[in-house]
Amino acid sequence: MGYPHPRHPRETPVLSEHFGDPAARTLAGWKARGGYQALEQALAMDPVAVQNVVKDSGLRGRGGAGFPAGIKWSFMKPDGKPHYLCCNGDESEPGTFKDREIMRWTPHALVEGVATAMHAIYAETGYIYIRGEFTEPLEAVTAAVREAYAAGILGANAMGTGRRLDIHVHKGAGAYICGEETALMNSLEGKRGNPRIKPPFPAVAGLFGKPTTINNVETLTAAAHVVRRGAEWYKAMGRPDNPKSTGTKLFSVCGNVARPGNYEVTLGFPFKDFLWELCGGAPDGRRIKAVIPGGSSVPILTAEECEAVFMDYEGMAAAGTLLGSGGVIVFDDTADMPRQIARLARFYAHESCAQCSQCREGTAWTTRILERICRGEGSFEDLDTLLEIGEQMSGKTICVLSDSCATPVASGLRKFRHEFEAKIGKKQGKAFVPSAYPTGLTPAAAGSAP
Amino acid sequence: MTAPASPAAPASPPPPPSTVRLTIEGIPVEVPPGTSILEAAKQAGVLVPHYCYHPGLPVAGVCRMCLVDVEKFPKLAPACATAVADGQVVHVHNEKAKKAREGVLEFLLINHPLDCPICDQAGECELQDYTFQEGRADSRYREPKRFNPVEDFGGDVLYVPNRCILCTRCVRFMSDVAQDPVLNVSERGDRAFIGKAEGHDLTHAWAGNVVDLCPVGALLSKDFLNKARAWELDRSASVCTGCSQGCNVVLETRDNVVVRVKPRSNTAVNQYYACETGRLHYRWMNRRDRLEVPLVRGEAGVLVPAAWEQAIAAAARTLAAAPRLVVLASAGLSNEALYLLSRIRGPGGEGVFRVETGPEAPLAGAPDLALRADRAPNGRGAELMGFARHDQPLAALQAGDTLLVADHDLAGLDLAALDRAGEIVVIGTTLPGELVSRVAVALPTCNVAEEEGTFTNLRGRVQRFLQAKAAPGEARPTWSVLGDVAEAMGRGRAPMLPADVFAALAGDHPAFGGLTYAGLGLRGLPVLDAAPAGGTS
Repeated sequence: MGYPHPRHPRETPVLSEHFGDPAARTLAGWKARGGYQALEQALAMDPVAVQNVVKDSGLRGRGGAGFPAGIKWSFMKPDGKPHYLCCNGDESEPGTFKDREIMRWTPHALVEGVATAMHAIYAETGYIYIRGEFTEPLEAVTAAVREAYAAGILGANAMGTGRRLDIHVHKGAGAYICGEETALMNSLEGKRGNPRIKPPFPAVAGLFGKPTTINNVETLTAAAHVVRRGAEWYKAMGRPDNPKSTGTKLFSVCGNVARPGNYEVTLGFPFKDFLWELCGGAPDGRRIKAVIPGGSSVPILTAEECEAVFMDYEGMAAAGTLLGSGGVIVFDDTADMPRQIARLARFYAHESCAQCSQCREGTAWTTRILERICRGEGSFEDLDTLLEIGEQMSGKTICVLSDSCATPVASGLRKFRHEFEAKIGKKQGKAFVPSAYPTGLTPAAAGSAP
Repeated sequence: MTAPASPAAPASPPPPPSTVRLTIEGIPVEVPPGTSILEAAKQAGVLVPHYCYHPGLPVAGVCRMCLVDVEKFPKLAPACATAVADGQVVHVHNEKAKKAREGVLEFLLINHPLDCPICDQAGECELQDYTFQEGRADSRYREPKRFNPVEDFGGDVLYVPNRCILCTRCVRFMSDVAQDPVLNVSERGDRAFIGKAEGHDLTHAWAGNVVDLCPVGALLSKDFLNKARAWELDRSASVCTGCSQGCNVVLETRDNVVVRVKPRSNTAVNQYYACETGRLHYRWMNRRDRLEVPLVRGEAGVLVPAAWEQAIAAAARTLAAAPRLVVLASAGLSNEALYLLSRIRGPGGEGVFRVETGPEAPLAGAPDLALRADRAPNGRGAELMGFARHDQPLAALQAGDTLLVADHDLAGLDLAALDRAGEIVVIGTTLPGELVSRVAVALPTCNVAEEEGTFTNLRGRVQRFLQAKAAPGEARPTWSVLGDVAEAMGRGRAPMLPADVFAALAGDHPAFGGLTYAGLGLRGLPVLDAAPAGGTS
């Protein structure tokens, strides 16, 4: 079992090794557990060599996109401009709470990862952007940074190497969209957290218009382990027949599941074993109905679809979904899927930054239709409208919040259409008889109603 | 952090090509690198529908209306925020792009009140236009619409949030061009609206531009509110008379009444903007207390209406008999009028004018653009025509001088000096009350909205204005009246057209050398030796 439960023997604790161990939170405790060796090693290396180790390890972005971390770092060239590292700790994807545990229990692991990455990208300044609601992680990371400064690990002469490494901790103000990388940069700059148009990409013009690398908390923490223990060690973890996904990954499990919590397994772990063996399946002898495997933005899987899936980027893609952030949301047979999906849509409608027309209006419209269906006032046309709105919301906006809202709706409608139809049919009084217009007008009379 | 040692100087890379060639809707175009697809499409004669993009504002890329299909791109690209690349093939009107636009239009309309019949913007609304062109005939929206109350933004601006499509043009204008960031996007999702900073109003001297920039009926001019429908208006190119900047404007009239002044873009003078003073500087053009017929003082000593021929002859006689002639000109007269006045004045006479002044109000984000201290359009022209600027121009009057008042309302003058005048002749739009008992002849003329001509702005740019409405009564264009008077005095032949006056003026005044009336076009040209006319051309 994963934290906060006793560890399951099939877990591979790398990042989560010291979860629940208060002694690991302090600098002394962290050093006693092998801390800051990675940074010391990295500072003795050429930045390009550090980039290459991470590149060789196959470590990919753990925030959701899965972009190879070493390649991202290698975009940063010593061009004389100030470089910045942003650590994205704005973990706000519904169902995801892995970074919170890293920051709560092993804040020094994150500081070490951030400092290591800063060296690798020629940056003197790094920002750790922590979600506004994360009070305890914020305190832990702030304390760790303070300790690291006091010990000379950070500052003008980091670990006595003459290299300047400054880390600032920034508290977000509570917007989901600020987890989007360019919105996070706007937020850090003191502006409204609106995503920026790309290009220019952050590696060209990011924070304060300067070359910037932005990585997830888990990615940076894992990178320190990679530097200390080598690319080969990291590469060895994963499905042998899939070298594209390597290492371990934290999965946050919540919903109708016997043992919710954070689990760390090697990528490529069988999803079936994960759900039923590690997490204990649905509680109280019920059956799992559906699973959102990678945070609320990814397509939903049915229980049957989960059986043959491997938990890595390629495995999830093969099943028509995404590994995402690793936030596993489990629904059992008591779950009302239309209501669950409406709740997700409401979240996105609430969090849309309001820049792009499709997202601002589409998320709210989707929500209103879904909530109307849940009130028993839906029509069968609504289902087609939902899919068409989703189509218009996908791939057309500055960031992917709009797509993220459309995705669970579309997959939920495809896989659980009968549940939606049942709600509509019930309202009709005679199940499954489509009615053209909810007002009861004939199509001709409804004609060009606005 | 050390830069890698550069190897022995490699051959310098070839200079980047100075132009990029691409194909837009099958039309080849060649544009400088860095141009957006949207601007390149304009050159191809293709309008990419858009809302948030405006050439005078930073690119936002938020309305997603200008999505175009670029071959080999995985997704539709925003034309406003995508730079051109060599060999690109862009489709603006294919199914994929049209379908996306249809989607945007449907989204923009779901919360829109569809109150075009009572909306001031109707008829000049881009939401209306594009929906008519390529939107859905109906909406699938069945939910209640979002509602927000109308808000007075202060100044001349009213905000109707229900019509707002959140293109943020107004926000960007206030923050980047006016540099007075009082507007913002407040709230998130479809609850978002344009907010105004607490305790601040849209009182910036240039804030009214947000009304023009708004592509829909969300920001309205209180001055124009419910005054006229856009399709009832007649529009004429003109030049603002509010100050010496010479902003290019459009005078909009309904039933021979000027009802609105809007800026006309001229990147060399006013970009796309006009200030509040300029926008509201039109009511005087509609004055009803005009001089409408020529008046001559009869034998009984009273002013009586006269035929034009007699009135002109009387005026010419009076002026020609002057021991010394002082011409008091308005700085709002055209170059043509001022030139003919200088003929009438002759070498022995004296020409004077006065310019009202007020505080200068620059538009920070635009080069060399301000509401100027000189609140008249043609002080520079008057100087070039040999008129002298005085704070108290009547001080030039010596005992017994004949005074010609050329369209001057005498505001701000020390009228005691009038007692020194001998005969007084008025040629203008009104007959000032102080002169009624003293004037020998009064000839009615057109005001700036009723005739055509040119002004010279403070940077020496000569710009044409056109006639916008008909003159009252028997009033005739100023240049025509003055030309006839000059001819009757034996000082040159009367011109047939304003272009004739301009040609004569250009021949007599070296500064205007090389300029022709037709060649000025509607954006004007600088006089010789003028300081570069403001801005970038």
